[in-house]
Amino acid sequence: MQNSISDKYKIINDKSILWSLLALSILFVIAKIIGVLPEFLNRMPEEAIPRYAETLDKGFNNNRDWMTSITRFFSERLEFQLKVMAHLFYGARVHFFNPIDWVSLTFPATAFVYFIDGRKIALVTASVISLTAVLFTFFIGEETQLTFMWVFLGLSAVGAIYLIIKHEVMSPIIVLGIVSIYAVILNGYKLGPLPWSSIAATAAVLGYYLGGWRLALLGGGTFIWTALIGQWKLAMETLSVLVVAAPVSFVIGLMLGIAAWKFTKFDKFLRPLLSVLQTLPFFTYLLPAVIFFKVGPTAGAMATIIYAIPPMILMTTLGLKKVSPEIVEAGKMAGCSRFQMLSKVYIPAARTELLVGLNQVIMLCLAMVVLTAFIGMPGLGAKLLAMMNSFKLGRSFEIGVTIVLVAVMLDRLSKAWVVKQPVHFERGAPWWERHFFLLAAIVAFFGFMLFSMEVQFADQIGRKQHFSKGKEIDGLIKGFLDIDAVQAVTGWLRWFLITKVLIPFRDLLLWVPTSSFILFITVFSLWLGGKKPAIYAFLFFSFVASTGWWDRSVITLYTVISAVALAMIIGLPMAISAARSEKWSKRILLFCDTAQTFPSFIYLLPAIMLFGINDVAVIFSILIFTLVPLIRYTVEGLRGVPPEMTEAADMAGASRFQKLINVQLPLALPTMAVGFNQAIMFAFFMVIIAAFIGTQDLGQELQRTLAGTDLGKNFVLGLCVSLMALTFDQTIMSWTEKRKKALGLK
Amino acid sequence: MTNSNPVISCKNVWKLFGFAPEKYLKNLPENKSYEEIQADGYIAGVKDVSVDVFKGEMLVIMGLSGSGKSTLLRCMSRLHDITGGTIAIDDQDIMSLEEKELIELRRNKMGMVFQSFGLLPHRSVLENVAFPLEMRGQNKHDRRDRALEVIKLVGLEGREDYFPRELSGGQQQRVGIARSLAIEPDIWFLDEPFSALDPLIRREMQDEFLRLQDMLGKTIIFVTHDFDEALRLADRIAIMKDGAIEQCDTPDKIVLNPATEYVAKFTQEIDTARVVRAKTLMKPGNKKSISGPALSENATIQELARTLINDTRKEFPIQNESGKITGTMNRQEALEVLLGDE
Repeated sequence: MQNSISDKYKIINDKSILWSLLALSILFVIAKIIGVLPEFLNRMPEEAIPRYAETLDKGFNNNRDWMTSITRFFSERLEFQLKVMAHLFYGARVHFFNPIDWVSLTFPATAFVYFIDGRKIALVTASVISLTAVLFTFFIGEETQLTFMWVFLGLSAVGAIYLIIKHEVMSPIIVLGIVSIYAVILNGYKLGPLPWSSIAATAAVLGYYLGGWRLALLGGGTFIWTALIGQWKLAMETLSVLVVAAPVSFVIGLMLGIAAWKFTKFDKFLRPLLSVLQTLPFFTYLLPAVIFFKVGPTAGAMATIIYAIPPMILMTTLGLKKVSPEIVEAGKMAGCSRFQMLSKVYIPAARTELLVGLNQVIMLCLAMVVLTAFIGMPGLGAKLLAMMNSFKLGRSFEIGVTIVLVAVMLDRLSKAWVVKQPVHFERGAPWWERHFFLLAAIVAFFGFMLFSMEVQFADQIGRKQHFSKGKEIDGLIKGFLDIDAVQAVTGWLRWFLITKVLIPFRDLLLWVPTSSFILFITVFSLWLGGKKPAIYAFLFFSFVASTGWWDRSVITLYTVISAVALAMIIGLPMAISAARSEKWSKRILLFCDTAQTFPSFIYLLPAIMLFGINDVAVIFSILIFTLVPLIRYTVEGLRGVPPEMTEAADMAGASRFQKLINVQLPLALPTMAVGFNQAIMFAFFMVIIAAFIGTQDLGQELQRTLAGTDLGKNFVLGLCVSLMALTFDQTIMSWTEKRKKALGLK
Repeated sequence: MTNSNPVISCKNVWKLFGFAPEKYLKNLPENKSYEEIQADGYIAGVKDVSVDVFKGEMLVIMGLSGSGKSTLLRCMSRLHDITGGTIAIDDQDIMSLEEKELIELRRNKMGMVFQSFGLLPHRSVLENVAFPLEMRGQNKHDRRDRALEVIKLVGLEGREDYFPRELSGGQQQRVGIARSLAIEPDIWFLDEPFSALDPLIRREMQDEFLRLQDMLGKTIIFVTHDFDEALRLADRIAIMKDGAIEQCDTPDKIVLNPATEYVAKFTQEIDTARVVRAKTLMKPGNKKSISGPALSENATIQELARTLINDTRKEFPIQNESGKITGTMNRQEALEVLLGDE
């Protein structure tokens, strides 16, 4: 009884705060119209702006030396791996082996062997590698290295034979696999580049193993397309970074995730950091990478690694927490030690979530690798950037297709791995049947390698051999754009949007006094999300105002809001009508699923094609990017309404429209809000990329910092974007939680 | 069976859930009820329980959901740390064990079966069963041999390479049972092992379980919410409510003399004649005066129904398994059990 009275009191209290804040906000606006608003309420006075950037720069410059010496150490290790991969994939030359690199290889190899085969073999592996490393320190020079390669290979072979005799077949095959990887690395400067037909064939076998002939087609087809269209080297430049960055991200994310799961305090410290990291614009990842790590692939890889870690941490903690208590107890009762608990019970039992994490890591890595074109990383992204700059739409389109194919392939294959379950073999199945796919992959790989020694076309596709139709497509696209009707439509849209909608809206937002803007956002958060998000909103936006980048922030916000609003006007009706039929829902969800895997950079392409380089193209690219989550979650929300509720509405004699308004939409709204939230987050991400087209917002400033060493400014700008995004995130998610609870959907 | 020291001995065991429960328990006045404790913000999972389990005995802990039966079981295996009291296994206080000693204890003496099986999804049947052996570092050949042996014991031959999801619920629980038996435990914990199975399979598994127990003769703690199951399997039943034991006795004594109203609610629906055995009604002493065929002491009254009605002797001689006459049973008393009290 007492509780409900105080609740009531609280609501009244909350409401009165809400109304008084709103009144205050409107008061400032009126004051400005009349002309009595004091200037410091309109905009932060210049002299009052704290010098965040300068302070940060100073702190950074003082500590620069030791910080870079640490990061250099890591980047050199990374560089080694990158070079080996670059060599394998597209034939870059590797000349040296640093003994420390050998030692750095020991850890992952030993850990791997330990999990497969236990302590003894792990010790053997570790000692063999370290021994080789030590020997290498004394005998540098390529001839000697080659000699020791044979010694090393011989030792490994002896180890493998020992294992075959001692254990069953599986583990030696894996050990052999490791050995051959080492052999390849050791022999690196002789082996690469791998023939494209080998890689395509192996990908097809892998695809077939994971998900049948469809994935085999996707896996093989992607590589065949890439080779035939003449983009093999570009794609390999991108992939060689990906195959290093994704595993490193995965492992670091896994470690941190385990730590966060084990230590609550660490988790509490990490969570807010992760939220900020996940909303930081990618430029903020790039500049530190350039400054701390060497330019080019290493910096790109480093930025990529860091960018992909946060979701892996979250998935790891989620997965470990979700392990069924009975499995945990079963482990304890079996007498597991703590380490055995983790390695043999928790991690295998959380397999699904960890692999979902891996999928996310791979997709984020790909998106980021493409974006690292902005700091001069060669590959598909750089080429696309260059082609778009020179308005070569045909080639851009082809590269776009390649990127999309690679993205879809990686996504589908890794998702197929998530759902892949172990299957038993009948007793007495011969060893080749048990390891059929492994053998098939090996045969395909080496078979095509031998084949390509004879047939040059299967090895590398030369300059004039490819089937690129860049010029023809270019002509086609430009011809289409030149059609009067098309031009009239895009021209009218451009004129209408810019002069009637966008400019007036932007000017309005810029005109509103800072103080009243902040108050208004706070009121919005209070009304929708409640007290806590409102406090955050106030603090975050006040910080943004205090950085002195207010106008640019408002322009960023305006772009985001207009794009998301337009996306809703277009997307919601589409989604609602699609959700009516099972067939269309499935189709549209499949489409959204696929579109969501595209690296964000791709979305610039159609925008530039249709509208050229201006504000509308910016809005348009954000719009199509945000349409995906909006439509997806709306369809999911509407389809997720329990059938007994729609049936009840039908039996109550509701018309289709009444059913939609009174039953389906209210129940779907929390899910739709998640989509709306994601749309806003996507928009904040995209608006920064759109700086490439030419905007006047924070993204533009951020892009400019990349040219110099303004680390402080870069960081402050990044934080502005992040905090604005977080304000919306907090508010909408808190509303969703409340709503779900109220509807009993949790 | 009763003379030796108990294998598990619980004395005034408390398990409270809530903030700083030890401190709360220290200042807890006696005879505070479950509801009063709850009002203070604590849940009494186990409330002042004292019970002994002897070697080779099967104690069934029976109670409805939330009665604390699974919590008590987990206290005995120290999956939960208790708040107060002592639990000793073979006269060793398990709360005083270091982590290493506890692991050793579990590796060598305890096996446990779970309600939803708790199988590791990424391991085949063989690997699941061999898991506890692997944990204690047995070599691959030995653990394979032993695992195959137990898999045969539970009747899963030929399924060694299957994965849990490829098996039916009953088969999965057979794997769970095999796993718990792999290390040849002295003490066997079973937490509602058959509750997740459908009734027909449950019956079959109970028979199977009785067969295994006849062969192995382990000390068993068996948790169930099914009173029929308890009656079928138990040497003794402990009925729990709100964390405390309401009554702990042999099935026929519980059926004949329910100690509390709560226990009586369970026994009401039970056909007493199917539970009570001749031994319970028997008066010891060999009266030579009674002639005629003797009745087996382990037969239930229901099994004896035909004899009781057709044979008009006032007293029946009762013989034990070896055929020795150990006492007599009054026909009238037996008929009352058979027909009800009316």
